[in-house]
Amino acid sequence: MTSVFSIPRVSRRAVMVWRRNLDVFCKTWKVNFFPPFVEALLYLSAIGLGIGTYVGAIDGIPYVTYIAPAILAISVMNSAFFECTYGSYVRMYYQKSFDAIIATPLSIEDVIAGELLWGATRSVISVAIMLPVLVAFGVVSLPFSLLAIPLAFVAGLLFAGIAMCFTAVTPGIDTLNYPAFLFITPMMLFSGTFFPLAVMPAALQYVALAFFPLTHLVSLMRMATLAAAGPLLLLNIVWILAATAVFWVIPINLMRRRLIV
Amino acid sequence: MVAVSHIRFSVKKGEVFGLLGPNGAGKTTTMRMIECISPRSSGTLTVFGLDPDKNPAEIKQKIGVVPQDSNLDPDFSCGGNLLTYARYFDIPQDEAARRAESLLAFVALTEKRDVSVDKLSGGMKRRLILARALINNPDLLILDEPTIGLDPQARHLIWERLRQLRSEGRTIVLTTHYLDEAARLCDRLIIMDNGTFLAEGSPAELVQKYAGSEMVETDNTPEVVACLTDAGIPYEVAGDQIQVTSGDPRALAKTLLDRCRNSRVITRPATLEDVFLKLTGRALRE
Repeated sequence: MTSVFSIPRVSRRAVMVWRRNLDVFCKTWKVNFFPPFVEALLYLSAIGLGIGTYVGAIDGIPYVTYIAPAILAISVMNSAFFECTYGSYVRMYYQKSFDAIIATPLSIEDVIAGELLWGATRSVISVAIMLPVLVAFGVVSLPFSLLAIPLAFVAGLLFAGIAMCFTAVTPGIDTLNYPAFLFITPMMLFSGTFFPLAVMPAALQYVALAFFPLTHLVSLMRMATLAAAGPLLLLNIVWILAATAVFWVIPINLMRRRLIV
Repeated sequence: MVAVSHIRFSVKKGEVFGLLGPNGAGKTTTMRMIECISPRSSGTLTVFGLDPDKNPAEIKQKIGVVPQDSNLDPDFSCGGNLLTYARYFDIPQDEAARRAESLLAFVALTEKRDVSVDKLSGGMKRRLILARALINNPDLLILDEPTIGLDPQARHLIWERLRQLRSEGRTIVLTTHYLDEAARLCDRLIIMDNGTFLAEGSPAELVQKYAGSEMVETDNTPEVVACLTDAGIPYEVAGDQIQVTSGDPRALAKTLLDRCRNSRVITRPATLEDVFLKLTGRALRE
């Protein structure tokens, strides 16, 4: 029995699974293109301009400019998380696609790695669609904001990995609602997204910094869109890279345990 | 948990080999071990002379698998399923397109090329899965109940294709619950139950060895039972039937008709089904 921390043997064939998902995505690209575009517009107008009229500025930054990086970060989180929970679960359980693929030269490690890479790619696609909207609103600075794209990939991989852990242990598709509501929603609200961490009680700030990947992603995204390095730069980068590495390894082993009998 | 133990067999190149057994016998697990998917806790297994633990990708490159449940990709059309699957084997695009076209023709699905797999009937799905299993031009074809739930027309088409594939020199390993199918297709087969091995041989050898050449059936009445017991003839009870194995069915039938005064006596050739029930019993499985 391999431990959840053993380094999985992933081959270049993982790309074939990634490519399968991309092909399906491209078949329905019009439907897929729309949500991030509309989401950016809705957030910016309702929260940024609507609530922003009352809030004015945070730390001297106009409110709509303050939340712009949070919109990107939340979309990175949601794209990868929902792709690798509900999306992967449907492919694994209902479509039995993983069973079909592991009868070919691909191993289960390749399949899960391909799914994780695809989850990260969904995050990149979302950010790439949203970024021009934010540029049009004049709330992000160029060219520095383009760093949001590589950042979306790394953080997307992290959220994909976390999602895949839940997918590997969930008894059914309904129970995937628990992480969505108990983990993703609180993170979306309390990670320095729509208001600074500093206004929260100290204990909650530590929780957000220690356990919420979104806290670190929002912080880095804000540095990118404002073109200004913050005091947490190094901590944010190290935290995300380390967590990404860990959550690359664990879900592959968990999935192997679930599917190989 | 041990699913199978103490099984030992080898499959010769170019033969059709059957794995028979009731549900839960361990057939699927055995096949999954050959397919390099399920791990073994002990024992040796070589496929094409290679070890599934060490060279799974090399082995899988040369195997085609038809699983029990349909796992066609509903996100693609029939043609798309074949092309997507071809990519997993690293088959170049133009070669894949050529193979997909000829395989669709092979399973008589050419006109369904651009149709979503959700729109296919059960028989068409089964045929498409067979085509998909052949996309890598496999040396070994592994089929888990290839004709399950098919109408007689579709079964005959699959049988014909399987014979054609054998004549091309491919090795075929299959499981089936249809014993007429096994008798018809298999050069050799093994019967297993509860994860272990019961018998091995060609269908004819097994019938001869375990069921004799002829089977005499009559009604299960107390008079017949008493009469057979008196005459010292061994028999088997199968529900409302009494079955007697015999090398000389005419003499036996005459005995039954004369001595036991029983009007309904049927003699028929023994089949693989008789062997199967004899070896695995009549108790219902989960």
